[in-house]
This record gives sequence, structure tokens and C-alpha cells, in this order.
Amino acid sequence: MKARVFVTLKAGVLDPQGKAIQHALEGLGFGGVNDVRAGKLIELDLADGTSNADIEAMCQKLLANTVIENYRIDTVS
Amino acid sequence: MKTAVIVFPGSNCDRDLAVAFEAVSGSKPVMVWHRETQLPEGIDLIGVPGGFSYGDYLRSGAMAARSPVMQAVADAAARGTYVLGICNGFQVLTETGLLPGALMRNAGTHFICRDVALTVGTSQSAFTSRYSAGEVVTFPIAHHDGNYFADTATLDRLEGEGRVAFRYAEAVNGSARDIAGILNDAGNVLGMMPHPERVIEKAHGRTDGRRLFEGLVESLMASA
Repeated sequence: MKARVFVTLKAGVLDPQGKAIQHALEGLGFGGVNDVRAGKLIELDLADGTSNADIEAMCQKLLANTVIENYRIDTVS
Repeated sequence: MKTAVIVFPGSNCDRDLAVAFEAVSGSKPVMVWHRETQLPEGIDLIGVPGGFSYGDYLRSGAMAARSPVMQAVADAAARGTYVLGICNGFQVLTETGLLPGALMRNAGTHFICRDVALTVGTSQSAFTSRYSAGEVVTFPIAHHDGNYFADTATLDRLEGEGRVAFRYAEAVNGSARDIAGILNDAGNVLGMMPHPERVIEKAHGRTDGRRLFEGLVESLMASA
């Protein structure tokens, strides 16, 4: 089975990389980009039967820093 | 007194920190590789050095924080052993949970490498006892992820409890309340982005950092 973990900065946490991307897009002439938030996608190839609780624990212990980041888990069997 | 410096793959200030520890304590620190599961007996002071542990993969300090030796460091800190984390070491200590908050990408997105003026936040710690509160000192910084973040309640608590050890005298990297270094609640763990170990000898051009190490040695000798 596979799982995709999306790690994003919490609302209200300034995202300097997102801001830099936004400015670069504006520099390329793309108008109407109101905001950009950059995050991470982590793809996990897991043994069948890995529980959601296990994946949750992986996020809590390593994949996300919950002081500043949220995460979302999508599992694909 | 016995000191140790933790070495991760990608550490690059470990030798500078070892030189600083030896200069003030008179004995060579034990260099402890990140795979070790325990520290040598009787260590009084542990240094977590700057650098780019694990290439800053995932988040600065994230992988190092989960390496075997950091559990031993956390256990030692809980017993009252002094722990000093500088630059990447500060990032490792926040990722380990020994210090609150997180260090994010600098607000201007640039790596910043220059001398900065710092205001000493408190003299009431072993790390800052040889400074006066409000004194301005100049240490070098060299980091990409030094933008300190914590929620408002945590920031209020750090300030209220006198745990902000150093502040940037001017806005440098976007850090909340210009925080450059903080103490844990017991006062035996300090994490800071600026590099005191790079300003301890006349040949460095300045010696502002030396008193941090001297104060530590003095406290350790007094408690021994």
C-alpha cells in the first residue's frame, strides 16, 4: 500500500518560501496570485496492513513538526 | 569537569566548539558520534554544535533530533546536565523538544552570514552569568533557518520567566520578538543561533563569546 503525506505550514505561520515564489510568479508576469504557501509531499511505500495509527505516529514523531506544520494523510491501496 | 561535543554527519562547528570548551575548562571534550546510545560517565556539559546535520533533510535538525545519541542527551538534560546548542544545535534542541518553538527559514529567505549585535536578556543563568542584562555583545551568525517561531502563549511565558537569553538588537531574520537564544525552564539548556565559540580569542577579532563559556565553567565548578 502507499500513503501520501502532505505537510503544510499552519495558518498564521509566515511562509518566506511561499512569498518568494509568489514574487517570482509576479516577476514572470502572472497576475492575480494572491498568496502562495509551499509545503511538502512525502510518499510512503508501506507494507500491506500498516495501520492509519502507525502513519499518524510517523507524522507526529518525524514527518511534521506540529509546532509549525499541519499534515494530511491520503492512503492508496 | 568533563565536557562532550556531539558530532552528527554534517556537523561543521564541532571542532570550534571543542576548542572553546577546552580553552575554558582545560581539558579536551569527548567527541560523541551520533550513533552512540549513551554518553560517557560523568559528563557535566554537552555541546550540540552548528552545521548542517543530515544535510538539513526534511527540516533543519529534524533527523539529528531522532538519532540515538539525542535520547541520551535528553536524559542527561533531565538530570540537570548542562546542554548548549548553537545554530544547528539550537534547531536540533527544538526538534528534540528540549526547547520550545521552532526555527524557520529566515524571513528574507537568504542565508545570513555576518556579525550581529545582541542584547543579553538575563544574567540569571549559568550561561549568561558573566554578562549583564541589557548589555550589548556582538556575535557572528551564519544560518538559513534562524527565524524563531513559537505561539504567543509560549513567547509570553519565555519572556515572563526570564528565559530569553539573547535578543537581536535589530531585526535580523524575522524571529518572533527578535529572539536569538532561549533557556529551558530549569535553566540548564540553552539554544542560540549566534556563534559564541567564534569570538573567544583575540585572533578572532573579538572575545565577546568567551564569557559565556567561562560563566558555565564557573557555575559547574561551584556546583561540583
